[in-house]
Amino acid sequence: MKPFSYVRATSQNTAIQGVADRQSAKFIAGGTNLIDLMKVEVAQPDRLVDITQLPLSEIEINSDGLRIGALVRNSDLAYHPEVRSHYPLLSQAILAGASPQLRNMATVGGNLMQRTRCYYFMDIAAPCNKRDPDSGCAAIDGYNRIHAIFGASDKCIATHPSDMCVGLAALDARVRVSSSNGDRIIPIADFHRLPGDIPERDTVLEQDELIIAVDLPNSPFAKNYHYLKVRDRASYAFALVSVAAALDIQNGTIKAARIALGGVAHKPWRAFVAEDILVGAKPTEETFTAAATATVSDAKPYRHNQFKVEMAKRAIVRALMNATEQS
Amino acid sequence: MNQAIGKPINRVDGRLKVTGDAKYSGEIPLENIAYGVIITSTIARGRIKHIDTSVAEKSPGVIGIITHLNAPKLYARPNFGHEGAAGEKLAPLQNSTIYYSGQAIGVAIADTLERATYAASLVKVDYEVETPLTEMGKERDRAYPIKKFVEFTVDFALGDAEGEFAKAAVKIEATYTTPTEHHNPMEPHATAAVWEGDCLTVYDSTQYIFGMRQGLAKMLGLPEANVRVLCKFIGGAFGCKYGMWAHTPLAAIAARQFRRPVKIVLTRQQMFGLVGHRSETEQQIKLGATPDGHLTALIHQGISQTSIFDEFVETFTTTSRTMYAVPNLRTAQSVVPLNKGTPTIMRAPGESVGTFALESAMDELAWALKLDPIELRLRNYAEVHPARQVPWSSKSLKECYALAAEKFGWSRRTPEPGSMRDDRYLIGMGMASACFPMEHFPASAIASISADGSVVVQSGSQEIGTGTATVMAQVTADVLGVPVEKVRFEFGDTELARSPGTVGSGTAASVGTAVHGAAKAVRAKVLELAQKDPNSPLYGVPEPNIETSQERIFVKNNSAKGETYQAVLARHNLQQIDANFDAKPQEEEEFAKCSFGAHFVEVRVDPELGEVRVTRIVGAFAAGRILNEKTARSQISGATIMGIGMALHEETITDPHTGRIVNDNLAEYHLPVNADIPPIDVYFIDEVDTHVNPIGVKGVGEVGLTGMIAAIANAVYHATGKRIRDLPITPDKLL
Repeated sequence: MKPFSYVRATSQNTAIQGVADRQSAKFIAGGTNLIDLMKVEVAQPDRLVDITQLPLSEIEINSDGLRIGALVRNSDLAYHPEVRSHYPLLSQAILAGASPQLRNMATVGGNLMQRTRCYYFMDIAAPCNKRDPDSGCAAIDGYNRIHAIFGASDKCIATHPSDMCVGLAALDARVRVSSSNGDRIIPIADFHRLPGDIPERDTVLEQDELIIAVDLPNSPFAKNYHYLKVRDRASYAFALVSVAAALDIQNGTIKAARIALGGVAHKPWRAFVAEDILVGAKPTEETFTAAATATVSDAKPYRHNQFKVEMAKRAIVRALMNATEQS
Repeated sequence: MNQAIGKPINRVDGRLKVTGDAKYSGEIPLENIAYGVIITSTIARGRIKHIDTSVAEKSPGVIGIITHLNAPKLYARPNFGHEGAAGEKLAPLQNSTIYYSGQAIGVAIADTLERATYAASLVKVDYEVETPLTEMGKERDRAYPIKKFVEFTVDFALGDAEGEFAKAAVKIEATYTTPTEHHNPMEPHATAAVWEGDCLTVYDSTQYIFGMRQGLAKMLGLPEANVRVLCKFIGGAFGCKYGMWAHTPLAAIAARQFRRPVKIVLTRQQMFGLVGHRSETEQQIKLGATPDGHLTALIHQGISQTSIFDEFVETFTTTSRTMYAVPNLRTAQSVVPLNKGTPTIMRAPGESVGTFALESAMDELAWALKLDPIELRLRNYAEVHPARQVPWSSKSLKECYALAAEKFGWSRRTPEPGSMRDDRYLIGMGMASACFPMEHFPASAIASISADGSVVVQSGSQEIGTGTATVMAQVTADVLGVPVEKVRFEFGDTELARSPGTVGSGTAASVGTAVHGAAKAVRAKVLELAQKDPNSPLYGVPEPNIETSQERIFVKNNSAKGETYQAVLARHNLQQIDANFDAKPQEEEEFAKCSFGAHFVEVRVDPELGEVRVTRIVGAFAAGRILNEKTARSQISGATIMGIGMALHEETITDPHTGRIVNDNLAEYHLPVNADIPPIDVYFIDEVDTHVNPIGVKGVGEVGLTGMIAAIANAVYHATGKRIRDLPITPDKLL
């Protein structure tokens, strides 16, 4: 770990100023990902601005939905009564991730900022365009079992590791960020990026932007939902494939549908094409299979992750079946 | 007299461990300690062209950097299988050649761990890179055959196995592969070296303090008497703490060079590379059988990996020479040298992965014959050791099959694969045999009784978490007729009586025999004092008529006529009376000695998504006398869990181009977590074995892992009809 300075921000403004003037300064909250990355020198910030004293730990219920402070702990969010009753999909997604100890430390904002678990990103001896721009990608010709099948580029085939974000993607969350230029709201679908030519950028956030909250709109998906995570062991493993599925079924017909996938792309992967197939249809296995097949039709697997295409397809069907059976 | 042995008493050090009071090797408080951090190579093959330590040396708190350019001469040690062995035959920092990724190329010493870590990162290395040999399958042409490895003859032939296989009515021929695995004990390797003049004291997390002493002395060019090694507690080992690896001599030379104690604790990443691993294997099995299921031929051969500079053999054919009555038997193994570190022993080395192949193949044969897997095993039950043709010292494997099958409910199994379901899930039931040879090594112990009646028994030895300290107290307590609480077992110090490494499931038998002998010897001394003393109630009473119980020595069936140990010592003005005992294994080879067992496993498989969950495990084991039912059960349960990991999760992945391990952390190297572990029922068959050793112990440390992987794979086959011959059984392989 490189030496770094540490400051504890007492206000949002001082926090933002603390990182604004240098590229190598970072916010820290739960530290469950950043500290690990610093230990292996993948992250080398020279200043950490601790934001845990900021008043961003509240969950507010309002007429538009829910506002979740950026510092709300993952475990507190997952077990919050309002979340459990109105956004149970999010609760399921969070509890599918990490371990209780990690969820007790990790924050909502930090979860959004999680970095990939790509083996080569994590090894500073390996070339990685995300960690070290223009150094190359060791994963494309390396061991790529855990890598992307959607939206990758010839610069980067990493996946986003979060479960929570997959749930947020399905629920059309909006990320509230603040900077010296004021606040802005970023829809979750636009928050994380595809790698393209600048894989070093995971999100659209600017250096001086601080996540202050995540807004959830009122949701019709409290009844028919399912978060399915396929993994190599029963707990504490990142998803090979995960699916957040939510249906609004009225009189036997799907009125609205949301499907997002994890473990398959550089960002939570919204399956819009599947949603279009589902809306207006009956919730049957045939419909679900058609939606799943359409979703994976443009998948581009690599040498070791070809199984993810079939696995994603089956997982979508299963998640939708489970969501339907829930009512 | 026999009151403590066998009882499921709690560990004597349990409280110390759960309260954090137990001091592990990296936690021993030492004045003026400096911290060492090892620098490792990032390439797998080549040479260091230039190593620049100038920036690191000027970094705050740095005491010094040692590389091959300024390291003192170290004398290479042989690797595994020799006394005082190193994990690898490669003295660290002696030249610029790189043989594998993660090889030690330097050590940074500073006043704090953080500063040493930072300094290590500042050392710049310029390499001349050569293309490494990384893939065993691709390099199979480089394989060379092995006749014998340590005590194991792997090149073995009985009868005409190939000829009989060719003629067999029913044949199974299949190839099984297992990946590289790392031990990953919770406690990483840790060492602290302290010099006083020319004398070195090392606090080291090691399974073999005496081996470490000898190895260190030879590597450093010191007399053995000048080296003392201590190890009080170990947070898991599983084999990777048996040999001496680079960090221990590096701490010693750094401490000598910088004239202050130096501590080195490996990082988790360094646990993948610096301290050995279980080699990957590719195993071919051929079984020939008669239509009624009698084996006529068994051929087990294949390859495993070794390093460029060492020969280590994962002896996966051992159990195939032991398990079944087969008249034509052939085993052969070759090794492929690669640019990877030297593999080392890992719990049930050879037997664990070897029984995956053998017991899977037996399951395949059972299915081909439409025979119940237990029935097939009974038809080929080895009444004598098949390769050596000598009787067993004891063998209760039939009883293991019967008891475990009954407890498991094997009779409810419908044989057809895919025939058992629970809603959308497929249920599978599988079984396999377990077998591990009894190991007995020379060991010594000293037992003493003090004037206050307390008992201390000492033997170098190590406590790797198996319960050694507890069972040794139990053995002593029964010999002397005192409660266990009165006995303290002292261990983990080369100043104590010499003892073997804690390997081969052999500590209970080896150290137990020594402790038993020492306790008997000190008892005899006290009895002799009493017998010859006219003031003793036992004056003139012959030894066979004397009983020791409840801290007293008295005439059999007349407890009133006797006295306490204290009384005898007091009358003779003795503060303490002690006796030592040197135990040697029985030389005679008239018996084959093994622990046996049977595993029964139930799995639940998601047929669409490929996820496997083990839902129930029942095992029965016959391992001679069980010294402590609780710690023995923990050994079996722990091995069973390790079997779940090897069957379903564990796999070290090396990048084929660079030879670097890509999943060198516990998030990506998957071990079973609590959610993966079902209820595990363990039963022991009572066995009285008078041939193995005076305490009748055969060992329980590893037998629980043998067969376990196959039992799971066989259950997966029963559930799905898919035979997975390539570990681990991950969801993608079942889609």
